[in-house]
Amino acid sequence: MKREIPLAITAIFGIFMVAQLFIPHYLVQDISGRLQDWAVVIVAFAYILGVANIIKINSGVICRRGQDWEYKIVMLIALVIMMLSGILLGKDPDDSLPIFDFMYNSMYVPMQSTMFALLAFFIASAAFRAFRARTTEAILLLVTATIVMIGRVSLGEFIWERLPDITEWIMNYPNNAGKRGIKIGASLGAISIGLKVILGIEKSYLGGD
Amino acid sequence: MLEILITWIAAFFTLCIFSFLYKDNPIYKFAEHVFVGVSFGYGFVLQYYNVFLPNVWNRMPWEDGGSLFTLIPLILGLLMLTRIFPDIGWISRWPLAVMIGSYAGLQIIGNAQGDLIEQVRANFLPLWTDTFSETIGNWFLVFGTITTLVFFFFSKEHKGVIGHTARVGIWVLMISFGASFGYTVMARVSLLIGRLQFLLEDCLHLM
Repeated sequence: MKREIPLAITAIFGIFMVAQLFIPHYLVQDISGRLQDWAVVIVAFAYILGVANIIKINSGVICRRGQDWEYKIVMLIALVIMMLSGILLGKDPDDSLPIFDFMYNSMYVPMQSTMFALLAFFIASAAFRAFRARTTEAILLLVTATIVMIGRVSLGEFIWERLPDITEWIMNYPNNAGKRGIKIGASLGAISIGLKVILGIEKSYLGGD
Repeated sequence: MLEILITWIAAFFTLCIFSFLYKDNPIYKFAEHVFVGVSFGYGFVLQYYNVFLPNVWNRMPWEDGGSLFTLIPLILGLLMLTRIFPDIGWISRWPLAVMIGSYAGLQIIGNAQGDLIEQVRANFLPLWTDTFSETIGNWFLVFGTITTLVFFFFSKEHKGVIGHTARVGIWVLMISFGASFGYTVMARVSLLIGRLQFLLEDCLHLM
């Protein structure tokens, strides 16, 4: 009951989703569309579960006065204000109280891009430590990365006017060759995992018991 | 006035995040926690407006064009919340199974159609073209992809012809990783320039 029913549901939904590709009948397509909508709705409810989990875990830390508990209060306040302002006051910037929009523009966007910008420093320092041209493979990696980095800024064109073209060629051909091989392998892996899930061989998503 | 306030708060949080370059500090931790809260809240509101309202609330039986079928995903969604209560948490496996089953089926189709077949199809390229760079590029693409796949083929020991081909596959992968690395670094540097431009131009009007 606890495991058999979910496994049966997974198999039925999975087989139906694969089968609908081969059955162009409008009824099957209609049902398939509905089932996909259901799955999307369940994912949305998983978000509620996530919020409940965040509140539960962090309020526990706050009550126990655990590590960084002051920051957990800040996080929960930010979460609640963002959620309530978006849902109760609307997310439209034309609203009279655009708190959601205000927080989005003044906090979410700048912090997100700064977090990514910060990675420039860490990538550079990691590259400095890791890039040692000791083997053929390391030399290939180092040379290609250097060409692409220089070729994508105006300095590259200043050094040699053909460098941007070479960079473009590297991105279009050798880069795609490696990526294509990885993509084909990954898609084969994903298909086999999907089959294992539908057939009930892979059932780790059910957890214990 | 609101614009100025947004600019200064954004500048404050930008500097808070940059302060991590010195070391982990209370100002960074404050901004980090605000960011986690705000981004989770943002995701939640997006789900509410883009999924819950159009697919559930506006399709309730009492709405125009609504249907009783809408109650099914609503009930399944509510069952998902049983996970909060350990005694009846196992019921949440039913909606989870709907979700996993649907996505497992869809990803089989998606991967087969979108990635596998299309990538193989795109690799059938002319090996002799009018331009030299395209000819060399196509050779690289066709044989580079094959050698990469040979490298990932572990059912046979990498010895002899397979070993040599796999070695070429590693070189192709290294070139690909190098290109991707260089591209990512430049993308991050461009973001960094954007943030510095924001601080110096929009905030301090120094540029």
